[in-house]
Amino acid sequence: MGTLIEFKEVCKYYVMGDTTVKAADHISMKIDRGEFVAIVGQSGSGKSTCMNIIGCLDVPTSGTYLLDGRDVGKLNKNELAEIRNRMLGFIFQQYNLLPKLDLIENVEVPLMYAGVGRAERRQRAQEVLESVGLGDKLGNKPNELSGGQQQRVSIARALVGRPAVILADEPTGALDSHTSREVLGLLKELHSQGNTVVLITHDNSIAMQADRIIRLEDGRVVYDGDSRAPGAVVQVQIPVAEPQSKPAEDGPQAAAEDDGPQAAAEDETQIAGGGA
Amino acid sequence: MSYLETLRLALRNIMGSKMRSFLTMLGIIIGVTAVIVIVGLGNGMENYMRDSFASLGTNSLTVMITGRGSARSVSIDDMYSMVAEHQDYLDKISPTVSMSRAVKVDNETHRSTSVTGVSEDYLAMKDLDLSSGRNLQYMDIQDRKNVAIVGSYVNENYYYGRALGDSVRIGGIKFRIIGVLEEQNSDDYAGNADDCIFIPYSTAARISGQGTIYNYNVTIRDEEKAAEAKRVIEDALYEVFSDSDAYNVISMTEILDMMTSMINIVITVLAIIAAISLLVGGIGIMNIMLVSVTERTREIGIRKALGAKEIVILRQFVMEAATTSALGGTLGIALGYALSSLATTIIQATLDPMLRVTPSLGSVLMAFGVSAGIGVLFGFLPARKAALLNPIDALRYE
Repeated sequence: MGTLIEFKEVCKYYVMGDTTVKAADHISMKIDRGEFVAIVGQSGSGKSTCMNIIGCLDVPTSGTYLLDGRDVGKLNKNELAEIRNRMLGFIFQQYNLLPKLDLIENVEVPLMYAGVGRAERRQRAQEVLESVGLGDKLGNKPNELSGGQQQRVSIARALVGRPAVILADEPTGALDSHTSREVLGLLKELHSQGNTVVLITHDNSIAMQADRIIRLEDGRVVYDGDSRAPGAVVQVQIPVAEPQSKPAEDGPQAAAEDDGPQAAAEDETQIAGGGA
Repeated sequence: MSYLETLRLALRNIMGSKMRSFLTMLGIIIGVTAVIVIVGLGNGMENYMRDSFASLGTNSLTVMITGRGSARSVSIDDMYSMVAEHQDYLDKISPTVSMSRAVKVDNETHRSTSVTGVSEDYLAMKDLDLSSGRNLQYMDIQDRKNVAIVGSYVNENYYYGRALGDSVRIGGIKFRIIGVLEEQNSDDYAGNADDCIFIPYSTAARISGQGTIYNYNVTIRDEEKAAEAKRVIEDALYEVFSDSDAYNVISMTEILDMMTSMINIVITVLAIIAAISLLVGGIGIMNIMLVSVTERTREIGIRKALGAKEIVILRQFVMEAATTSALGGTLGIALGYALSSLATTIIQATLDPMLRVTPSLGSVLMAFGVSAGIGVLFGFLPARKAALLNPIDALRYE
């Protein structure tokens, strides 16, 4: 299949006052075409930085990031924008749909920036929306949809440009467990169709859905391997998503990177278990 | 992303919040309206003056003799021979005696009618044609006959078209009407150019008790050489009086030019003041666009993540500002025209039926261009701010 994403000693440092935060500390990894990889870590582990770099939203302080053989660190802002447009499909935790546009227009946005003509754009957007099961809601506004439906729109938008990588940042963070399973199912399906999917999450149970797990801690890779191997995660308990009173509707507020103390504690237990 | 698509997006955003967009445009609307009405008023005044002066004749000079005591003076014959001597510049001459006597037709007094004593050449000098009857003749002047030529307004309104052969009383003296003039002015109101009576200057001088003629009208050969013609008369009169205060030669063209340039100065100053509100309007647009960029930070982040280049974001916001401004300009033009015609109605009803506010195409085009330009100029700063947003921060913005 060939390597699609390659990190060579990638570092990202932020200077905050007197201290330097090492958000990514000599990370090296390779992701091949067609893989389904989960990048897991607690908040502060550097997974967001990792995702920003993979997504060409940010460039490393040092080290090399090769996307499909191109050194992203050497590209200017315009070239980065072009890469994001053509190579990457983003799925965000907050869906990040444009509220004033209807669904088909939302899905058309990446194609518009790619310079695809109006008629073709409309047709492709419609096809993709139909493929995620929203063919009957093309003219609706995002706020008329449930959280799960909105996330499916966002998946459609990620897919419409036929990108090399689908980058999902906590795609289920704002969803209830049932809807989360649906969305994960959709991602798996995309993978089975040959797409490269990179999933960024703090949640081990979600990460388990991927074939391979890259675990980050304090900006370093602490595990990289099969998600079913004994070292990936140690299941000390059956992972159940936190029961939420109003799961989908109040998505943005309910979902966040820093979970309640309970979730953090749970994470720590697992990591401690993994190390043992 | 094409310009057309950018424009469509901009229009959508503007229409998406109509009230806000309208309030944003208000400064531009007021500025453009003010500029158009003011420039229109200036145009109207200029046209009004040109028309009034044209009826006086821009090819003529008015000579006023104020004299110097009674020691020296010029006679009518002196004046005639002066014109005859300078035929290269001067054409014809007619004494003019303005009379402020009441005109009575069938016991009805008409104060608006002007009565002027002139020579037999006067009608030709002013390009006035007779519709019926005859012109004044040398004999009428020599014999101080009580004959009159009336304007079409007098004929139509006081005699119902049958003035010829009838009589009119001027200052209590009866005049026989020997000629009727053709209509010069289609606007039908009392006091217009057609509400006039011409009588022999000799008769007029006698009635007025005026021994000497003080005013003359001289036509010149070439309108372009009004200044030279004026100089010729002035030199001749100086020889008689040796005093430049004893006479005054007025060139209508000169006066018209002077007044036009004065009006232009006033109008320019007013238009500049009005244009300041365009500037204020531009700042208003900039302000709202800055707010809008902050509000839409997340949208900008999303668009950037999806592959919008900086130039595309920049273009989008500049286009939005320019479209807002240009729409304001268009509304301002419409309002400017509406106000101009309203002002015309009011002015014609209260001041002078000849005066109208006429917006010029030039000022309209300029107003539109300037308002669109202001949008681009003042939209640029907020647009740049939007374009330079860091996509990661913008995406996280709540």
